Amino acid sequence: MSFISNSLIIEKYLRKDMLPTIFCTGCGIGSVMNFTLRAIHDLNIDINKTVFVSGIGCSSRIPGYIYSDGLHSLHGRAIAYATGVKLANPELKVVVFTGDGDCGAIGGNHFLHAIRRNIDLTVISINNFIYGMTGGQVAPTTPLKSKTTTTPYGNIEYPIDLSMMAKVIGAPYVARWTTAHPIQCISSIKKALQKKGFSFVEILSPCPTSYGRLNKMGTTLDMTKHFKESTINIKLYEKMLAEGKTTDKMVIGEFVDIEKEDFNTKYKKFYSDLK
Amino acid sequence: MCVEYCPKKVYVKSEKLSKKGVFPPEVKFPENCIKCHLCELMCPDFAIIVEDKNDK
Repeated sequence: MSFISNSLIIEKYLRKDMLPTIFCTGCGIGSVMNFTLRAIHDLNIDINKTVFVSGIGCSSRIPGYIYSDGLHSLHGRAIAYATGVKLANPELKVVVFTGDGDCGAIGGNHFLHAIRRNIDLTVISINNFIYGMTGGQVAPTTPLKSKTTTTPYGNIEYPIDLSMMAKVIGAPYVARWTTAHPIQCISSIKKALQKKGFSFVEILSPCPTSYGRLNKMGTTLDMTKHFKESTINIKLYEKMLAEGKTTDKMVIGEFVDIEKEDFNTKYKKFYSDLK
Repeated sequence: MCVEYCPKKVYVKSEKLSKKGVFPPEVKFPENCIKCHLCELMCPDFAIIVEDKNDK
């Protein structure tokens, strides 16, 4: 991978009048934006034929900073909007930025059915384990025993695993990384952009203001270190499973990478058969 | 982030408080830089640009 200077990314892809970003000090969402833009630059994708769609939440601020077409839609309905965009004009490349609440809770149903239909979208879900923008309420991905403003004595609900959910329903590309793995993130986003069909990349991101402060996890640095320590690559995990060992670490890596016919191709075939 | 992740420890946390109330990193040993661009990649705010003197 060749290194691209930040100045090029800023010049080419960002709205300079919107900078600096409103993200809190140490937030990982800026990093995810950086990774995505680098992946797009590496693949030579025409930014004028790319649409960025987002819902509501911290992560959904991203399309506002990118100098391209974007939709800042209703809460949880980002994937529904993106489906409409893709079906109306199949030539466009549609990238969806959603948070964990946007994708897993409020927009959970849209997420399931977009995967079921296998629409050609790239969904980048930024998972910070909490509803950061509204003050730190419990989210569906909040781990057990974590403290939030609505669960001050610890969370008792089991969290959902978005990547595993996508894998089970049959998404052709599913990967999960953290912001502490920049190179892997970029290569995964590249693969996801090239994949024909629903591709899902989940990126665990630190939220020092809400999640870190309430759970006494320290600064972003401590949180990124914690990400590195508390995650295990899927290849290592499979080896461990074969040896009969188990671990309670979070599994990261590429979970699914298969070919599957997407909705637009199927629709075209169906339509031409009718004629 | 860049203070921790820089392999050659070019950055040092500055002692002055910035307008936003944080201690921004400061380039203290620019001669140590090997131009690996890791700090640009890790910085969440697009704040760092590594320049090559030979380019100019």
